[in-house]
Amino acid sequence: MAEVEETLKQLQSQKGMQGIILVNTEGIPLKSTTDDPTTTQYANLMHNFILKAQSTMREIDPQNDITFLRIRSKKNEIMVAPDKDYFLIVIQNPTE
Amino acid sequence: MAPKNPKQKSPNSPKQPTRGKKRSTMVASVNEEVEPVNMEVMGHPEIYPLVLTTKTQEIFNCRVDEDVTDDQPYKLIKKEDIFEDFKNRGAISDFHPVKKVIQEYPGDEILLVYDKDFKYGLNFYVIGTEEGKENYLNPPEVLEDQEEYKEYSSEEVYIYKAPVSKPWISLGSEKEIEEESVNEATKQTTYMISRKRRKFGAPIKFSDHNASSIKDAYIECTAYPDKNFTLQQVEKDVGMQVIPQIKDRGTQTRWTYPKNATTQYYPREFSEEEKEAVGQSKPFADFFDNVSVGQNSVEIALQQNEIMNTFIDDWKCLAEEEGTFVDKTDTQLKEYQSFTDLHSPMEKMITCVAWHPTIYGLIAVSVAVRLSFEDRVLNSGKLLLQPSLILLWSFSDPIHPQLMLEGPDDIFCFQFCPSDPNIIAGGCINGQIVMWDITAHADRIENIKSGGGRSKKPILKPMFLLEPDSNKEATYIRHCAVSSIENGHRKVITDIHWLADTFEINRMGAVFENRNGICCQLVTCSADCTVCFWDIRPQKALLPQTAEKKKEEVIEIPFDVPSTFLHLDLSWKPLAKVRLSKGETSVDHCPTKISLNESHISQTPVGLNTLHTFSSILAQDRAGKMEEINPYQNLEGGMAGHLKPIDEFCTKFFVGTEEGEVIYTDWKLERDPETGRLMSKKPVSMHTVHDGAVHTIQRSPFYNDIILTIGGWNVAIWKENVMTGPLLQSCCAPKRYTSGHWSLTRPAVFYVGREDGYIDIWDLLEKTHEPSLSQNICITMITGIKPWPSSSKQQLLAIADHFGTLHILEIPWTLSHPSSNEVSSVQYYFQREVKHLEYVAQRKVIRDKEIKQINMEKERKRSKTYQKSKEQIEAGLKLDYEQYLDLEKTTLISLGLLKISERRSFIDML
Repeated sequence: MAEVEETLKQLQSQKGMQGIILVNTEGIPLKSTTDDPTTTQYANLMHNFILKAQSTMREIDPQNDITFLRIRSKKNEIMVAPDKDYFLIVIQNPTE
Repeated sequence: MAPKNPKQKSPNSPKQPTRGKKRSTMVASVNEEVEPVNMEVMGHPEIYPLVLTTKTQEIFNCRVDEDVTDDQPYKLIKKEDIFEDFKNRGAISDFHPVKKVIQEYPGDEILLVYDKDFKYGLNFYVIGTEEGKENYLNPPEVLEDQEEYKEYSSEEVYIYKAPVSKPWISLGSEKEIEEESVNEATKQTTYMISRKRRKFGAPIKFSDHNASSIKDAYIECTAYPDKNFTLQQVEKDVGMQVIPQIKDRGTQTRWTYPKNATTQYYPREFSEEEKEAVGQSKPFADFFDNVSVGQNSVEIALQQNEIMNTFIDDWKCLAEEEGTFVDKTDTQLKEYQSFTDLHSPMEKMITCVAWHPTIYGLIAVSVAVRLSFEDRVLNSGKLLLQPSLILLWSFSDPIHPQLMLEGPDDIFCFQFCPSDPNIIAGGCINGQIVMWDITAHADRIENIKSGGGRSKKPILKPMFLLEPDSNKEATYIRHCAVSSIENGHRKVITDIHWLADTFEINRMGAVFENRNGICCQLVTCSADCTVCFWDIRPQKALLPQTAEKKKEEVIEIPFDVPSTFLHLDLSWKPLAKVRLSKGETSVDHCPTKISLNESHISQTPVGLNTLHTFSSILAQDRAGKMEEINPYQNLEGGMAGHLKPIDEFCTKFFVGTEEGEVIYTDWKLERDPETGRLMSKKPVSMHTVHDGAVHTIQRSPFYNDIILTIGGWNVAIWKENVMTGPLLQSCCAPKRYTSGHWSLTRPAVFYVGREDGYIDIWDLLEKTHEPSLSQNICITMITGIKPWPSSSKQQLLAIADHFGTLHILEIPWTLSHPSSNEVSSVQYYFQREVKHLEYVAQRKVIRDKEIKQINMEKERKRSKTYQKSKEQIEAGLKLDYEQYLDLEKTTLISLGLLKISERRSFIDML
């Protein structure tokens, strides 16, 4: 647990970080650095997105699967690292 | 009576033949006062009925049936007889009722007629008019004929004859009668029915009976269809119309209607313990490890983003801002408009130019007479009659200035107040500060662009006829306050500035915060070597003033001058005076321009916005009572005790002098320990870089610590805290520089005006040794340059010249729009220059050292050469030769041409 905290802190200290959210496969947030309403919103919306992306990849090629998901928008970038049981959602503002 | 008078319209029409009648009337004795009654009611106004007694009848010979008969019912009676009767009998005379009529009667004889039938009520009547008399006696001829005819016919006697019966001649009418008459065709039968007497009147008993049950109880005549009378309709007229078959049907259905429905939900969340539990579990730990460290880790992704932004479009960033429809190759300033005052008799020059801070297209110039000091003294009498003016020009009217502000003497510098553009402060040639308040005329100048007051008819008349027509006459606005002559400056005021509205100073020069939010203090410098600070608020009197003094100070002002600054008029004293002294012996510095460290910069567009909001607030409130809201009307001075002092404020400022020096000094006054008086501090630094009077000291609008000074034949740029010297000092120009200004939009550009009418535009990013562009504007010396960013597409430059003409030019795109990183480039340039200066300073030190060393060496050598004899010279030569050999050896070895071992063997051989 302490290691987890430490790693999270390390990630948080990167330049331009806006938030980190940990969710399980059902979309229920486990840990978050943003406030509650934002967390809930992101968890819910990203959950659908991730599942859709996964199913898309598997349908195209059943042996393929997504390893990383990055959504670049005008204001920030949302990165998702998926796993069997959990997802890690990271929001960053990469502008110079 | 036949109609005697045409005016008679009697409905009764008594025109019957009664004229053959005679009457005798009885005259009734009436009172004298009674008006004679005439028969106007009956339509004969000339007839006056009378009653004549038998006595009267005897007197006048009109006795009934004797004198007046049926044949002659009238009698003509002489008036005199009647009057005699009046005399004799008086009131009881029978003619008394008609006495008046008889008196008025025109003729001699009056007609008296006997009224037998009492037609007019009494037995006699008198005809009161001659006309009536004539009509009576001589009826008109026509009617007389008719009457004659009637008489004639009526005279025929009708003889009665008995009718003789004749036989009836039938004309066929009895047939009709027979037809129509009703006769009995047959003989009528009579029946007599009888019954026994006892059966009459017996009680009757009714009972019900069915008629069909008893035979022959009734006889009927049944109807039967008789074929002879049945009609068969063979033809029938029928109308046809074709219509679609319509069936009306109804059903009953269930109606669905929209209903508002809501759902409330909440997200599924883990409780704290569950989160803990999950956090502890192993799969979580594994996942986290995979994700944070490893090939697909988030960390790498994040760092990738930091390294490079892969989504940048390089081409887009390379291009400058687009959307400009202006020709970018155009680099010259274009003439936009020019203004000259044509009405002044003497030749004038423009001394100062200022744009109106809020209103577009309004620019103010101060004009002064173009005479040298000697000429001024000689013509001083004539000059007194000349009004000294500040003219406000508008783009819409190049001939007539909009407003003319009048001052006591020629004005050499002026400024609009940054917080209220309706207040203008100016400095005069005699050392007075003049204040104007044009709030009353503000709407006039604001509405210039809409062309208010001018008719919009097409102008077909020539120009010289138009001038007396124009409604717009420039009005002279008198100043509303001047400073005290004894206590203020003694010589011409060369520069005037409003202090920023964020701070204010007290009499010691200490800085305090300004709670008013408006500019309320001024700073001026003058040729009498002082810099004065002034406060426009009324000062609380330190000493109680006597009543006499108050009387003296009450001055009449013309009623149309606003009383904004009445408290200052002629008694305005400076708040603090700073004397720029060079020391006790030499002449003091004579300042020409000053530049303060101001935290608000008045002429950038940001400042414009705040001014716009202020002026709009004022405009909105103008409908109400302006005195309450305009802060300048309710100023309270002398509040320094309650204000918070600002600690880290820099009280130093730059001064440019007549001799070409740039002085950096402090305005805080300190107490001299010996005398106890307030003394101004010594200047921090002083540099003489210019060969003539410094006429421009200006801070850059982009960097607060970069100052441009122009004077004489060159230009210098300084940084505030760098004391060693200017960052940039240009070489001498061919012509003298007479005015200059930074560009307001490009940090590397500034404009310099020359004495031959050329303007030099310097671009520090392009060339720093000479101007990048030089353009001719006018034929004479340029006395003032002021740019103005009027809109995002247009920038205007106002140039004033020595002959009194103000030229407005348009700055081309390239000179007004900065490149994207110009600000940072110029700043970097200045930083480099600072470093350069530091390097130069360091080098100077090193150079000094080197010079010292060289000098010492020279000294030593000089001392050595004195003690040389022949042997010493030979020994010296030998030494030299040996030194040379050594040098040769080392050089050859270092070149690698000679090996060390070889060299040794050679020596050994020797």
